[in-house]
Amino acid sequence: MIRFENVTKQYPTGNTALDDVTFSVERGEFVFLVGPSGSGKTTLFRLLIRQALPSSGSIFIGDWDLVNLPKNKVHVLRKNIGVVFQDLKLLRDRTIYENIMFPLEVGNIDSEEARQRVEGIIERVGIAEHREKFPVQLSGGELQRAAIARALAFSPEILLADEPTGDLDNATSWEIIKLLQDISAEGTTIVMATHNADIVNSLRLRTLVLEKGKLTKDQAAGKHKKLEHAHKEV
Amino acid sequence: MNAKSTKTALKHIRRSPYQSLAAIFIMIVTFLAITVFTFIVFGSSTVINYFESKPQVTAFFKDTATQQNIDDLRSQLNSTGMISTSKFISKDQALQIYRAQNKNDPLLLDLVTADILPASLEISTVQIQDLGPISDILGKSPYVSEVVYQKDIVSTLTRWTNAIRIIGIILIVVLTAVSIFIMMTVIGFKVSQKRDEIEIMKLLSATNWYIRWPFMVEGILYGAIGTVVGWIIASSVLLYSAPYLESFLKGIPIFPISPFFLIGVLLGELLLAVLLGVLASSLAVLRYLN
Repeated sequence: MIRFENVTKQYPTGNTALDDVTFSVERGEFVFLVGPSGSGKTTLFRLLIRQALPSSGSIFIGDWDLVNLPKNKVHVLRKNIGVVFQDLKLLRDRTIYENIMFPLEVGNIDSEEARQRVEGIIERVGIAEHREKFPVQLSGGELQRAAIARALAFSPEILLADEPTGDLDNATSWEIIKLLQDISAEGTTIVMATHNADIVNSLRLRTLVLEKGKLTKDQAAGKHKKLEHAHKEV
Repeated sequence: MNAKSTKTALKHIRRSPYQSLAAIFIMIVTFLAITVFTFIVFGSSTVINYFESKPQVTAFFKDTATQQNIDDLRSQLNSTGMISTSKFISKDQALQIYRAQNKNDPLLLDLVTADILPASLEISTVQIQDLGPISDILGKSPYVSEVVYQKDIVSTLTRWTNAIRIIGIILIVVLTAVSIFIMMTVIGFKVSQKRDEIEIMKLLSATNWYIRWPFMVEGILYGAIGTVVGWIIASSVLLYSAPYLESFLKGIPIFPISPFFLIGVLLGELLLAVLLGVLASSLAVLRYLN
């Protein structure tokens, strides 16, 4: 489903964000992407949605060759990838319902079909009672659910979640993880970047470890002690 | 331009009404100037055409000139290819014209007979530049006593009209450039306010056209409103002053102004407004889409 082949990303400043990274993710997998801040997790996501191009190497999503993807096809690619951004990127002047509807509006989906989809997603992620509220009125966990709901608007095959439990307490974090597991169970491929050692170590799912831009480990059932220590130190 | 883009554009205008008013105001001024100068150019062209189509050279013959002499001279003139029309006025016809012009002054009518009025030839040339050579030919003829022509009137009028046209074109170019810059500034400011939203739109699979359209519609609306208001003001002033102008330009067939002409001007200006709106908004959005 996702294939990185010897991908290197160097920024004009000279900083190497990713260094010769190679891995693949199969359809329906739930993969953790771990590593300290600045290890290249967000850059990897940016490459996956063609927000940036690699300096060298190849990236494939299904049949899409992202490096050679024409600019005018990028929006089609992005419809197939749901993203929960680290800073959520919810529009402050729109209600939760409008935020979730937004990608469907942008994608020119028929308004009645869009309405039905949004209703279904809102129920599924458990924020139906907050539909008319604005982002500023919601708690961290509710905002994460809203961001996940928006990422699901196009029923994407791939969901990228960048630190979705970053600012949440333990109980709320687990609620979000449970929601993502439910989504994964329905066949969606999920790549989740996280610093949360408890979650990684408890779920024992496949884990990719990035350090200084290099993929140092690819564990089938991740349990990362170093991360555990780092987490405790924090 | 779909309903969603128009709705979004109207929302942009509502949210920053003063900037929108500034853009609309400059467009009104620009299109008012364009409309006024269109009217002036149309009017002055009609006046010049009128004078150019009138007999422009009048040659008065000596009493000694015979009909054969006059016919020979007419043939010579026609062979130049510069003559549009020529009309011979005999002494008797000249008297009739004189009587018609002075019918309210019996004293003048009594004093003048056909004998003292000269026969004449009224000549129109194909082009105004032909007046010189034709008057030279007439002046050299031994049967012509005097040559009178309207070269000075037409050339003065042409000079004035050209000056007005140049001033009008410069003014319109300057106003158009200013209106493009103001629209770019206003729309650019709104785009910068929505920078985050535009970034999110792009990340959520929006095409550049989806992002660009509402701003283009906004630019087109500014242009269209400016055009219609400017055209209404200029047309109203023209129609209101028509009776005064008509008496001032007595005999020159400008009035009544055809409604098709006015509608044609409006449609042409609307087309220009759309182009200006699209250009200004495209430039304003361009750097945020790249």
